[in-house]
Amino acid sequence: MEWLANLGKSTLDRFAAVGRASYVLAGSLIAVPQLKNVPLTIKQMYVVGVQSLSIIMVSGLFIGMVMALQGYTILVDYGAEGSLGPMVALSILRELGPVVTALLFAGRAGSALTAEIGLMKATEQLSSLEMMAIDPLRRIVAPRLWAGLLSMPMLTVIFSAVGILGGHLVGVEWLGVDAGSYWSIMQSTVEWNADVMNGVIKSIVFAFVVTWIAIFKGYDSVPTSEGISAATTQTVVYSSLAVLGLDFVLTAIMFGIE
Amino acid sequence: MPNETNIEYHVSITTGNSEFLVKNLIEIESLSFKRGERVIYDNISLQIPAGKTTAVMGPSGIGKTTLLKLIGGQLRPDAGDIKFKQESIPSMSRSRLFKVRRQMSMLFQSGALFTEMSVFDNIAYPLREHTQLSEALIETVVLMKLQAVGLRGASKLMPSELSGGMARRAALARAIALDPELIMYDEPFAGQDPISMGVLVKLIKELNNALNLTSVVVTHDVTEVMSIADYVYILADKRIIGAGTPEQIRQSDSDLVQQFLQGKADGPVPFHYPANTLEQEFMGAN
Repeated sequence: MEWLANLGKSTLDRFAAVGRASYVLAGSLIAVPQLKNVPLTIKQMYVVGVQSLSIIMVSGLFIGMVMALQGYTILVDYGAEGSLGPMVALSILRELGPVVTALLFAGRAGSALTAEIGLMKATEQLSSLEMMAIDPLRRIVAPRLWAGLLSMPMLTVIFSAVGILGGHLVGVEWLGVDAGSYWSIMQSTVEWNADVMNGVIKSIVFAFVVTWIAIFKGYDSVPTSEGISAATTQTVVYSSLAVLGLDFVLTAIMFGIE
Repeated sequence: MPNETNIEYHVSITTGNSEFLVKNLIEIESLSFKRGERVIYDNISLQIPAGKTTAVMGPSGIGKTTLLKLIGGQLRPDAGDIKFKQESIPSMSRSRLFKVRRQMSMLFQSGALFTEMSVFDNIAYPLREHTQLSEALIETVVLMKLQAVGLRGASKLMPSELSGGMARRAALARAIALDPELIMYDEPFAGQDPISMGVLVKLIKELNNALNLTSVVVTHDVTEVMSIADYVYILADKRIIGAGTPEQIRQSDSDLVQQFLQGKADGPVPFHYPANTLEQEFMGAN
């Protein structure tokens, strides 16, 4: 019977965690916008956004190049290498752009957010803000949440753009696909709403989930070295799983059965 | 809601042979607090008189810091009440609690300086958050506070460049930045060298007198705190085992109090963690 009790306990713990996570989210999102938070948010956007640019651009470039290489070897058998452009563009805009950006963002910025907030908790900085009558959810957590929400869609757009250029580099420059067909068939096939905007919507959802998990795991971490290391790991694992799971759900809604 | 300025609540505290009337800033009434299954406090009551230095002593791990967090409203008691100027802290709304916290301040054990800003900005932080003072005025106030703790020359340094004692002094300057009425010190002497310790003792005493603060010092450094405290509580075993002026405490006939004051290895608090007898351990149950 012990397992039953344990099952019940872990279920209750999980519900309690969801409650605490919602509290953190509500406390930082639902607030009168304060002017003081604008420079703080911009600073965080630099940390989580601008500083993630290099990893995002390099990954985007290589993913685009690999897509073009793989696509070309398949398409050329059917003499359809002219469709390389839309193939690369659609797979990156719809799937790889939002998903890979979110996974990289979780590893690069999400883990850093968790560790930073966790350490602030361990060194009593959050408690001392509370005692100074300053709400750490508003002053520390909210700017980071907004920075993540705003940065990740932008990173996704950059990732996709660089990826398509990478596809051009391999497909057109190296393998000799006609540049005109690469771009013109892409233009006539890719749709603004169905493809580009759906990718952006996905990335907004992922940004929300990844940043929420990251700040909550930091805020809720056990303030010891083991606790923070566990929280950082959990941030990467949970956000990766959440992104992949949600991607299926979103794809089913956006591109599923008509 | 009671008018903050007009509360005159008198309680008599017997000190030596004389008895005077002291206004209490904080009153803790039959407080109980549990962490999970573990009982930290079982029905304790204590008063913190205004304008005095009150020490709360006790062995490590007894939950002395918890007491400060309860007073600051960061934790809620399971039973009992904590009154700050006659107003119950646990039953306050969050916005009211934040207002009340502006009158109190806490010096954390680690100092808790914000690592990404300079000493100057750390001390200016509460002023920038809570007041509309001009930058010029803020600079004056910050430098005055730094002067009080002897760190005016260190205002441009980052917290990582400070020694442990200096960090705690900088944190103290930040704690008095908004001129609070109550300041709570969480283990101010822990891990300090003798010189820093002397400096901190002097600062706590001087600030208390000069700014007419009420100080609560939580510590296990007996000698230091006995020299500055007006009133001492000793916590152990979930309750208060001794209370009085330092003189009364020294003369206490409680074994537990004496063991704590003199730092005896064995006594009511046993040297050995509860265990089987040695024979049982090594020779087996038979």
